[in-house]
Amino acid sequence: MCLAIPARVLSVEDEVATVDLEGTRLHVNLSLVEGVAPGDHVLIHAGFALEVLSDADAQELAFYRERMRALGAQESMS
Amino acid sequence: MTAAAGVDTALQRLRDAAARLSGRQVTFMEVCGTHTMSIARLGLKALFPPNVQLVSGPGCPVCVTPQGVIDRMVALARVPGATVCTFGDMLRVPGTESSLERERASGARIRVVYSPLEALAHAEAHPGEQVIFLGVGFETTAPAIAQTLRQAKAKRVANFTAAVAGKVVPPALHALLSDDDVALDGLLCPGHVSVIIGAKVYGFIPAEFGVPCAVAGFEAAEILLGLASLCEQIAAGRATVENLYREWVRPEGNRRAQAVIDEVLLTADAEWRGIGVIPLSGYSLRPAWRDFDAFERFGIPEMHAPEPRGCRCGEVLKGVTQPRDCGIFGTHCTPQHPVGPCMVSSEGSCAAEFKYGGR
Ligand code: SF4
Ligand code: SF4
Repeated sequence: MCLAIPARVLSVEDEVATVDLEGTRLHVNLSLVEGVAPGDHVLIHAGFALEVLSDADAQELAFYRERMRALGAQESMS
Repeated sequence: MTAAAGVDTALQRLRDAAARLSGRQVTFMEVCGTHTMSIARLGLKALFPPNVQLVSGPGCPVCVTPQGVIDRMVALARVPGATVCTFGDMLRVPGTESSLERERASGARIRVVYSPLEALAHAEAHPGEQVIFLGVGFETTAPAIAQTLRQAKAKRVANFTAAVAGKVVPPALHALLSDDDVALDGLLCPGHVSVIIGAKVYGFIPAEFGVPCAVAGFEAAEILLGLASLCEQIAAGRATVENLYREWVRPEGNRRAQAVIDEVLLTADAEWRGIGVIPLSGYSLRPAWRDFDAFERFGIPEMHAPEPRGCRCGEVLKGVTQPRDCGIFGTHCTPQHPVGPCMVSSEGSCAAEFKYGGR
């Protein structure tokens, strides 16, 4: 029941974001998070965004994860 | 790198770490029902090293809601003029003599909603109905319920109330680890509860019980890396809280959401199905919010009821009995005719075992 789903923010108006969830447009309440901008990712549960991941952070994280995976792969080969 | 390569790497890492335990058998618990479902659906257990066992915990808010609370919700559904709004998972949970689904079949107005905001919107659009939202959930859901009540108050929506029956996870973990029947070597902590409460909260688990924790996401690679972390910690003789779900989980959690919860809800002693009363483990409305308490407005007293005969959900929720060991699993108790909540909820351990077991 605590399932929360990430989605990308298309636009923001007042405290409501329109997000793209695998091709479907949804409205999400932003009152529990701060500083959401189009392009960011939000984690959605029960109609609310529970957390934000900025576009820049998402990219940095993807990079960091790749490196961790690469390191993990090296470690397990040695 | 592809996702599949990520899974291979993670699996290798788990196998390597498990091999470093020099044959020691370890039992871990996945606390969260969303993990239970992902693990069953992905068939991950078949991949585990033989010395790693994973048991399910009390991680579904529907499963841990005691029978007496279900009975109170059924009583709310019988209030003349009421419209009960609920998350879908609650519908089929059997109470002592009825369920919400049965009440609906006999004419009660019960709506399934995805968000408490939908229930509030329904109340605004139908001022002649008494709209009651059934507020079941963990910390993940509590801010949504609290924020909806704040909106209801700001907009002065007089025909909206909530039946708050939410639960708080860390006190339950404390109770579980203190239980002599339960012996766990590590905890896979819930991902989405942690988004709200933060990873730091689990610090008492390694400190007080010497049990390592990993906060992990829900994909195959993330779950396997979480288990690898637990094995690595044991092999290295340390116990900490490792946060492997950093994109969404901060050490301190979502402070803003915590403040919203705190304004509207307080924590009180609460009963967990099969486990009993755990200190400060449940949400209820603060005194200033009593006007929005559905139980008070409609005079529904506290109710306590024994669990259904033959049901071993309590032991299943503590991870000491596996679903198949329940004498009525798959015979008297099936998803079509559930006896206990663990067979009803889409995240219940028994439902997961019934649907995906044997894979
Ligand atoms: S909803 Fe909450 S309890 Fe259910 S699986 Fe998710 S984190 Fe766990
Ligand atoms: S099989 Fe049914 S009765 Fe037995 S523990 Fe599971 S849900 Fe409860």
